Amino acid sequence: MKVREILTEKEGEKLFLLGNEAAVRGALEGGVSIASTYPGTPSSEIGDVFYKIAREAGVYFEFSSNEKVALEVSVAAAAAGLRSFVFMKHVGLNVAADSFMSAAYTGVRGGMIVLSADDPSMHSSQNEQDNRIMARLAGIPLLEPSNPQEVKDLMKFGFDLSEQFKIPVLMRTTTRISHMRGVVNLGAIIKGKEKGYFKKNPEQYVVMPTYSVKMRKKLMEKLDKIEEIANNSPLNKTIDRGGKTLGIVTSGGAFNCAMDVVSENNLKVKILKLTFSYPFPEKLLLDFINSVDNILVAEEVEPVMEKEVLAIIGKYNIKKKVYGKLDGTLPRIYEYNPDIISFGIAKIVDKELVKREKFSTKLSLPLRSAVLCPGCPHRATYFALKKAIKKLKLKEEEIIYSTDIGCYALGLEPPYKMGDYCISMGSSLGIGCGFSRATNQKVISFIGDSTFLHAGIPPLINAVHNKEKILLVVMDNRITGMTGGQTNPGIPVDGMGNPAPEVSIEKIVRGVGAGLVKSINPVDLKETEEVFKEALRFEGVAVVIAKHPCAMITDAENRKKGISVKYSINQEECTKCLICVKNFTCPAFFIKKDGSVSINPLLCDGCGVCTQICPKKAIEVKK
Amino acid sequence: MNNIYKIHFIGVGGQGTVKASTIVGEAAMKKGLNVVMSEVHGMAQRGGTVVTELKIGEAHSPLIEEGAADLLIAFEPAEALRALNKINQKSFVIVNSAPIVPFTVSLGISEYPELSSVFDELKAKIKNLLIIDAQKIAKEAGSIISENMVLLGAAAAIPNFPIDKDLVIQSMKENLPLNSTEINLRAFELGFEEVKKGGKSIEI
Repeated sequence: MKVREILTEKEGEKLFLLGNEAAVRGALEGGVSIASTYPGTPSSEIGDVFYKIAREAGVYFEFSSNEKVALEVSVAAAAAGLRSFVFMKHVGLNVAADSFMSAAYTGVRGGMIVLSADDPSMHSSQNEQDNRIMARLAGIPLLEPSNPQEVKDLMKFGFDLSEQFKIPVLMRTTTRISHMRGVVNLGAIIKGKEKGYFKKNPEQYVVMPTYSVKMRKKLMEKLDKIEEIANNSPLNKTIDRGGKTLGIVTSGGAFNCAMDVVSENNLKVKILKLTFSYPFPEKLLLDFINSVDNILVAEEVEPVMEKEVLAIIGKYNIKKKVYGKLDGTLPRIYEYNPDIISFGIAKIVDKELVKREKFSTKLSLPLRSAVLCPGCPHRATYFALKKAIKKLKLKEEEIIYSTDIGCYALGLEPPYKMGDYCISMGSSLGIGCGFSRATNQKVISFIGDSTFLHAGIPPLINAVHNKEKILLVVMDNRITGMTGGQTNPGIPVDGMGNPAPEVSIEKIVRGVGAGLVKSINPVDLKETEEVFKEALRFEGVAVVIAKHPCAMITDAENRKKGISVKYSINQEECTKCLICVKNFTCPAFFIKKDGSVSINPLLCDGCGVCTQICPKKAIEVKK
Repeated sequence: MNNIYKIHFIGVGGQGTVKASTIVGEAAMKKGLNVVMSEVHGMAQRGGTVVTELKIGEAHSPLIEEGAADLLIAFEPAEALRALNKINQKSFVIVNSAPIVPFTVSLGISEYPELSSVFDELKAKIKNLLIIDAQKIAKEAGSIISENMVLLGAAAAIPNFPIDKDLVIQSMKENLPLNSTEINLRAFELGFEEVKKGGKSIEI
């Protein structure tokens, strides 16, 4: 399949789609007009697809500067009567939370879907938060798809529901749904309205306390009505496998695992699959609870539905056992798979479940940890900074390296070890302010270009205004790298691939009033080292912007131009000092069995930075 | 659930593991079968182990139960060992003999086992084992990056593989860049032939 087919394939056809791709098709079938995001895995491919097809689809799409802005763009579009779609990773919803909570109060006119891609097991995230709780906190209806077909179908359903009740709808996926491929039956694409019109109504759209008091009451009334829909929705279905001793309440990816275990073991149970799961359909649950002897709740990650089930049991004074996370039948942490569910069910059913032999090895297997790519400019920045610190005889243990969310966080690995603290997008600077105030240690903060524009400006203002002593290094690689290479406002291209004004990080930094501001090209190691020496000596807020494109960009450009430069080692000159391997740590280098150092031409990116670090000048262009 | 065919793919970032499994999945769909697949994205891809799991048939979760894979395709020998928990004695296993030694070994913070001991362990445990030098065959086909298609060709040639060769080829054409189709098809055919003639590309 080619990406464009997500747009061009006709109704009635089938595609083998990723959950994230299905979300785009669903948005198009639902008549979306505006889509917005800030990239974050596991939601990133939704934006990647929009980037490629939005123009042709006649949909507006943007990579907003952060998730809060993305949500505001979409909620305003929906207030103007357009159908809008905003999507982000789970922690992105924290950034957007302030507006998300109030959007439930103000409501919308056009349908609006907020998609949160949660990441149980933290495949590429800092935490495992369960955003089904966010739906409850805000009072926003919640949909939980289990596969790409459902993701697609729920987009259209969600738009209709949102419009009917004039409230945004939250769709919660998990990594295993966003990154699951499955067969998707396509429906017809509906062209969304091009422009909306905002009808003024401050009582609806301005959250002044006097108005909010009324909005809150109205929200509760809406939720009661929506609960009635959820009670009767075909999205919440009972699957009867011919027995009543056990009823399994489940949703999302946990449903898939439970179904496979039930089928394989031919278990006589009843399953209630909740897809429209908030407002929690109490009547439906009550009927289900009454129809079985005991209940197992299988869900990822928190015991959200389990507590709802327990509340119903308590409310109606029912004497039945509820198995789940709270009693230890299933684990409280990490994503589920069929084996975990099977292990849990085995504890409570009176039947031997299928067990298989499996193999293991005693050999120790090589570690394949994530590393900065060959040709990555961040490596040059770290190398030069390390050297400057050494030359100035600063003590490493006296320096606090406050890093941020992005590829450069990999600088925490040896030999650089430049990552002591990292908690959230933009935190490097706020945390830096705190350490500058609370200690006499030297503070160095790292932040990427996209992360700086996302959440780095307010803490920079704070650092300047409160006279902190911080060296801020902006690792500007001209892309949002870690999520696969999306554009950001610092790049002269927008989310539809059109030319756009490039927001200058240097001008922002100067405008805020940083005491020392220097822009450098980190692949010039000598100059970079000199600039770092000056910045390290500066008393105040010093900002060094290390600007060089990500290796993904330079590689693509070189391929296009047909340029292929590779480096190799002149073995006669090489003294095997291993600075290239142990200190610079470019993964294209390797040590052969005979102890000689070599460069893997398949990995070498041709950046040539290594030629500057070799004391014997033994690295040369491969002929 | 006996009618569900489970394929576990394991490799290293950049080897085209996800592409190869997507091609199989799409071919299964073309045959009118249900198919679910799980793939890795994001941080896991930067030089790390890449796993994709595929179930063809009436399955809901794409995650393969321990010891349940019908077929394991390992794009790298040490990675085959990493996936041992997914296979059983009846599983079919295709292993690329070309190792990828990660940088952590040069740094001295991890070890790559002797290749012969990797193969010995595989041979001792697995009955239906095919070790093929996919790298060498890919070079023969015209490009080392067609390694994944060599392995896919090999898979299409094993007994009980649930999808016809023609459908896999059709799916390849629809999923690979036009300018590399010829090399990839050649790689696929060479991989297919390698298995049909008994997998003699490597002496172990």
